[in-house]
Amino acid sequence: MSKTITIDGLTVPFREGQTIMDAALSAGVYIPHLCHNPEFKPHGSCKLCTVNVNGRNVASCTLPAVEGQQVLSDIAELNAERLALTQMLFVEGNHLCPACEKSGNCQLQAVAYYLGMMSPHYNHFYPQREADASHPDVMLDRNRCIYCELCVRASREVDGKNVFGLSGRGIKTILAVNSASGLLGDTDLAVTDKAVQVCPTGAILVKRRGFTVPIGQRVFDHLTIKDLQTGGGHE
Amino acid sequence: MSEQSDRGPLPIPLPPVGEGEVVSPAGDAKKIRIATCSLAGCFGCHMSLLDIDERLFGLIKLVEFDRTPLTDIKHCGPCDVGIVEGGVCNAENVHVLKEFRNTCKVLVAIGACAINGGVPAMRNNIDLWECFQEVYQYEGGLDGGQVPNDPELPLPFDKVHPIYEVVRVDYFLPGCPPSGDAIWKFLTDLLNGREPKLDYEMLHFD
Amino acid sequence: MQQFEFSDISRMLTPIFARHDVDASRLLQVLLEVQDACHFIPSEAIDQIAAHFDVPRVNVEGVAGFYSFLSTRPVGEYRILFSDNITDQMLGKDELMLYLCNKLWVEPGKVSEDGLVSVASTSCTGLCDQGPAALVNGWPLTNLDRNRLDLIAELIRSRKPVADWPPMLFEVADNIRRSDVLLGQPFEPGAAMRATLARGAKETLAEVDKSNLRGRGGAGFKTASKWSFCHAAIVEEEGSMICDVGGHPERYIVCNADEGEPGTFKDRVLLNSYADLVFEGMTVGARVVGASKGFLYLRGEYRYLLKQLESVLQKRREAGLLGDAILGRADFSFDIEIHLGAGAYICGEESALIESLEGRRGRPRNRPPFPVTHGYKGRPTVVDNVETFACVAKIAERGGAWFAAMGTAQSTGTKLLSISGDCATPGIYEYPFGVTVRQILADCGAREPYAVQVSGPSGTLISWKEFDRRIAFEDLPTAGAFMVFQRKRDMFQTARNFVHFFAHESCGFCTPCRVGTELQKKIMDKIASGHGTASDLEEMKSLGHILKTMSHCGLGSSAANPVLDTLEKFPDVYVRKLKALAFEPAFDLDGALETARKMTGRDDDWAHL
Repeated sequence: MSKTITIDGLTVPFREGQTIMDAALSAGVYIPHLCHNPEFKPHGSCKLCTVNVNGRNVASCTLPAVEGQQVLSDIAELNAERLALTQMLFVEGNHLCPACEKSGNCQLQAVAYYLGMMSPHYNHFYPQREADASHPDVMLDRNRCIYCELCVRASREVDGKNVFGLSGRGIKTILAVNSASGLLGDTDLAVTDKAVQVCPTGAILVKRRGFTVPIGQRVFDHLTIKDLQTGGGHE
Repeated sequence: MSEQSDRGPLPIPLPPVGEGEVVSPAGDAKKIRIATCSLAGCFGCHMSLLDIDERLFGLIKLVEFDRTPLTDIKHCGPCDVGIVEGGVCNAENVHVLKEFRNTCKVLVAIGACAINGGVPAMRNNIDLWECFQEVYQYEGGLDGGQVPNDPELPLPFDKVHPIYEVVRVDYFLPGCPPSGDAIWKFLTDLLNGREPKLDYEMLHFD
Repeated sequence: MQQFEFSDISRMLTPIFARHDVDASRLLQVLLEVQDACHFIPSEAIDQIAAHFDVPRVNVEGVAGFYSFLSTRPVGEYRILFSDNITDQMLGKDELMLYLCNKLWVEPGKVSEDGLVSVASTSCTGLCDQGPAALVNGWPLTNLDRNRLDLIAELIRSRKPVADWPPMLFEVADNIRRSDVLLGQPFEPGAAMRATLARGAKETLAEVDKSNLRGRGGAGFKTASKWSFCHAAIVEEEGSMICDVGGHPERYIVCNADEGEPGTFKDRVLLNSYADLVFEGMTVGARVVGASKGFLYLRGEYRYLLKQLESVLQKRREAGLLGDAILGRADFSFDIEIHLGAGAYICGEESALIESLEGRRGRPRNRPPFPVTHGYKGRPTVVDNVETFACVAKIAERGGAWFAAMGTAQSTGTKLLSISGDCATPGIYEYPFGVTVRQILADCGAREPYAVQVSGPSGTLISWKEFDRRIAFEDLPTAGAFMVFQRKRDMFQTARNFVHFFAHESCGFCTPCRVGTELQKKIMDKIASGHGTASDLEEMKSLGHILKTMSHCGLGSSAANPVLDTLEKFPDVYVRKLKALAFEPAFDLDGALETARKMTGRDDDWAHL
């Protein structure tokens, strides 16, 4: 007999070694997340996927599922806190959607839509961050980085290159690249690298693709991120 | 629309009705008075307001406009609803915004610029001093390389800010601009005393 | 920026590399030496270090960028870092720092034009009992006053090497004011080991269990349980795992001497004067869990203790208490390596400490798995506090029952308190658990005590109404900090100091802590500048909730404690500062026009708000 947990009262099966997030995604249960991508080892930094397990808050993407766990996820208090975290991500960077090529395909934006974010609420930091257009095919705009380290993980684990890494600390954390000049163009990044594809925001973009799909016809213009990531929503 | 649930519905004397409709005030009931303005914005939100098209006729039966770019009224009188487009980029914006806050019962931030600075906030990465030097003192500057200093000119802030960082804001209507449908939905909810709520496809940051 | 030729860097790095294994776990140690040699980490050095350790350049850059004592831009040849704890501030740190800056013609946080000197603030240096304190190129400066700063400025201007400065500037007193079984009774090096070997490992674990010793780092996890888990992890995998030399899978004993909690300095004293006790406790632990390698993770601020600690280790090796065949037992090898931190409070968190030991950014790991099963290099690892190991040595020597007879039922033994702030005799006080705050305040000569910050910013603030509470895990758990505030102190400024501390020390990994601590800081600064409102206080409470419930580790979840405690216990200190109950702009409107005013030369009415 397979083992199960419950998520918001729904019985969800899991295999040994799966996290709560894995079990949820397999069962088509959406838990908001940004730094998690099922193709990569769990990271646990964005904290959007925080759920309440037997009374304690934990990141569902890193906590192994254990028989009988009672998980609360889609509840008002957690959704309010997820919204607050999303708003924090918006104000700590410079997320100006109307000027961003990723708009409509951006997961940060999509999570904000899903959570009904009407304003960033907090006061903006408007940090000074560098954009880097030195690579012939890839644009790096640190204004939009949320430090999920998906590019770091993808470059290391899939591309075998270590193009990206974090430097700095705390609010001064920055996305660094693997070259003495600090320029992306001086790394061995290729446009076909996994690291280029995984950015959930518009921090890493393939050049000359920006508006091949017009605004209004993009993924999240019509489909919620919940529907996209759990395979629902299609008629 | 508001992110705090403790705020009650708008104190506007209209009976609630079904979504998307506007109920005419009975008899000679007072019309809702609305003011609008554009601060550091592009008037795109105002254009989108006009995009509610023929529904404007229904709207105009219910509301009257105070200060707006449409009426040429220079200062707000007491209003029920103030709708502000654009962020705050200079001293004059603050005066206008404070006038709206002081005279409007309900203040609405409309569009990306009012909500997070929007495109004008892209200048926040540029030091104002260096910007002025570049524009007025280095190549192609004014005669004598002087920064314009006429008191008529609004003095710019170091950075562009959303309006909620300067005054208290009751409701937010994002979009660049929000669509005519989103504006219509928002207004009809508001005018009918409902907590405004956008459908998924109406909520946009772009 | 200073330019270095490739060959210069090579010449500088060669002897440094020679001192360290080609193991990437030495990366941080190498970077510290480069920082010393160049006063920053030159880009060329990063390239060569990356090549030497065969790690990506970006990883080296990431480590260099993480730790406060490392810098990728030049700092002064004389780098003075003033300790910024609230106790230093209460002793006039801000004013003294400016005084020195003026003397040296340098702006705080900047490097003088000739590159000679830089003056900045740093998190608590653990010298609160003899502050205001500072570090000059890693050396501690205590009891700073204008006279001393005059002298220091003169020494710097005359470019006298720090090693040749008058020793009195660097005197660090132990200030032991009250001793009990740990500090007051003589300890013969080897006594605990002999007792352990005579009794047996299993039996010694039973004694530690019987003692009911709980971790002295503040969390209070039962030491014997931790060791049992580590032992169980080893037993479980033995046979199935690849075995290292000796036939056993490797496991590690780590002593956490990253005493970073502001207001705590008891480990400084233990390491200065009781190092044998600590190392012996580690060796007992090694025998119990079967470890052959130990680390002392020494915070960068205590680097000045390194030499003498190395010599204690050497003496112990010579006495047969460390190294191969300890006390003649062929089956017992254990040695201890000292690993320096480099200015990162987060490395006091055990899994971040392990990351740092491995030469990486000090980022807390996801748990489970816990270090007892997957610690240093993925191996079972016991991480315990300095004081815990000192207790272990005593327990091994004298037995669990003896230890358990002291203190309270749930909190056995004694506790070292680091007392500072408004009292006549700051210093180290050793008390049996269960002592009341009132008793402590009387003993240390507290002047009109009004509040006490127990266990530092991450601990609990108690008001004068709570002075009958007791130091014990069941009432007021503590890692040892005990900062006394008298009535005239502004408790808002205390909280603000702590909020700045957490924002500075957040590792930046998780959203709630990275952004939440910074938001707290901005709001506290807004209130301090006279622009706070009641809604700002509500915002702080809401942020506090998010920090507490959503953060990745203890830093984030305790980062709101100072604000929440002061809001609850001293609400007036906030209310007095609020400008309006309604709304105030997020930023200084008039101040934000200053650049434009200067640029245009305008000063008319419309140029102001």
